[in-house]
Amino acid sequence: MNTNMKRRLFLKASLATGAVGMAVGTGLLTPRTVLAARPVAAFKAESVDVAVQESMGSDAMTDSGEVTLDIPDNPENGAVVPVAVATTLTGVESIALLVEKNIKPLCGVFYPGKRMKPALSIRVKVGESADIVAVVKSGGKLYSARKAVKVTIGGCG
Amino acid sequence: MASIKIKAKAKDGETTVKALIKHPMETGRRKDKESGEAIPIHYIQEVTCSYQGEPVLTAEWGPTISKNPFLSFTFTGGAPGEKVELSWKDNTGEGETASATIT
Repeated sequence: MNTNMKRRLFLKASLATGAVGMAVGTGLLTPRTVLAARPVAAFKAESVDVAVQESMGSDAMTDSGEVTLDIPDNPENGAVVPVAVATTLTGVESIALLVEKNIKPLCGVFYPGKRMKPALSIRVKVGESADIVAVVKSGGKLYSARKAVKVTIGGCG
Repeated sequence: MASIKIKAKAKDGETTVKALIKHPMETGRRKDKESGEAIPIHYIQEVTCSYQGEPVLTAEWGPTISKNPFLSFTFTGGAPGEKVELSWKDNTGEGETASATIT
């Protein structure tokens, strides 16, 4: 290999590492992106059970008074339904929110860090009047709560 | 592109974060009213919030999170003057990071 070739290889290599370094530096590659995969199958699932199975590793849920869902009874506009989920359980690994009759029921999965209190508020879309389900994974077990909401304008169309 | 509005307030040893992200959150099922053409799916997939570099909350979202998502949660610790950071990434690879000083 002559000097010219070596120089070319060196340039290529340094360009490649430079790009990755920049991506990490600008926050494009967050640790989660690198370490854990998105539960793609869960978001594609068309039933609550399959979505929970795919995102939380099991579909054996227990209804629990320790999980609370705070949602208006008649939010009317299904495009913006405020949901507050909270739990008194400790060691929460993940929280999933689902809307039973949506074509793809899973809205999102939240992974609280050590510091976070296991409670959050968000707004979801509800296609037609249906149950909203919250599933909390704690100590490897799943606990759920559900609440029926009535919407007059569907929010997925 | 300033898509993130974030506020963090410390009270009694806890910090409450409220964030509003400007994003269309298209499900891919809507049609343009004039042209009748389907509006392509475009939604935030990943959200990370950290405090002093430590992840406090990470989330995976689907397109059924409402348009211009609002997210609020509380974590223990945090003092005025410290930073909270939030970043998101959508299915087209776009994303943004913003930070707020705890008040």
